Amino acid sequence: MVIYSVYVVNKAGGLIYQYDNYVPRAEAEKTFSYPLDLVLKHHDEKVVVSFGQRDGIRVGHAVLSINGVDVVGKNTAEGKDTLEYLNDPANYPVSIRFGRARLSSNEKLMLASMFHSLFAIGSQLSPDVGSSGIEMLETDVFKLHCFQTLTGIKFIVLADPRQSGIDALLRKIYEIYSDFALKNPFYSLEMPIRCELFDQNLKGSLEIAEKAGNFGAGS
Amino acid sequence: MTVHNLYIFDRNGSCLYYNEWNRKKQAGISKDEEFKLMYGMLFSIRSFVSKMSPLDMKEGFLSFQTSKYRLHYYETPSGLRFIMNTDLSVPNARETLQQIYSNLYVEYIVKNPVCVLGHSLDSELFSSRLDSFIRGLPFYSPRAA
Repeated sequence: MVIYSVYVVNKAGGLIYQYDNYVPRAEAEKTFSYPLDLVLKHHDEKVVVSFGQRDGIRVGHAVLSINGVDVVGKNTAEGKDTLEYLNDPANYPVSIRFGRARLSSNEKLMLASMFHSLFAIGSQLSPDVGSSGIEMLETDVFKLHCFQTLTGIKFIVLADPRQSGIDALLRKIYEIYSDFALKNPFYSLEMPIRCELFDQNLKGSLEIAEKAGNFGAGS
Repeated sequence: MTVHNLYIFDRNGSCLYYNEWNRKKQAGISKDEEFKLMYGMLFSIRSFVSKMSPLDMKEGFLSFQTSKYRLHYYETPSGLRFIMNTDLSVPNARETLQQIYSNLYVEYIVKNPVCVLGHSLDSELFSSRLDSFIRGLPFYSPRAA
């Protein structure tokens, strides 16, 4: 029973707080000889697998490190283009680590704003009157819960699909926000939240929710 | 317990079929715009979900719910998308959508030599069978809950 992350979005759609509670890193490191039987391509400043899924390496996984040294964007640590490096038989055998690419803070900002818009469209396309925006979005590996306050702030929690008690957690996060961010005289509204007490209390309530979820959802 | 409406989109984004049973509020935009908005919203949700997901996904986006309705999504391997809006009492309509695909779409559209795939589905038989299938669902009742 896991809570993966928490996002707080202001009323303009900008991300003001983000916390990753649990980041599962499914990575696969293998040694390859020339020629590489995976097809790699450039995508969004990273090198990703486009074909040739095998042994824990899936399509969409990015190249994380070569020979133990982390890659920097599209280039190896020395600055050479990764695809050129891997096309050169002289560099083999090579050990490459693949895995899901971590989201950069820019990408998180973009995703938060994207969700802000999708939330509104969900309300517009409603076949019933008086609908709110998207409150819960379900996929096969995670559930996204969203609570929008009366002032337009959205608290978004990504959790395991079987985790229970997220509604209470969202209300609790709202309470923590109003206690430790809003009542902080140095915090400006709608700006990124940089309050230590907010962080501490948020982590505390996430731990409590995860433990409580274990008792509830098992049945 | 009710079904509000059903959309069927092909892989290019054109709406092949739309029908409503219990819709209480129109979107306020023309039907064409509504179809494009619906398709665009789902396209963005799928891309959002694939980036946000902490683990590798097999089936991807399944459904979402708001305070008043739930949208169920099913995509076939050929890129055909089935979207059903129901009220909140229906937890999972994925099998229903799969049945609509295999028992109705494949039988009455794909196997129909006159129906051109990719165009609007104008088979009368398909519409009437679909209508009776929806009305026969255990979670459908003609009076909205």
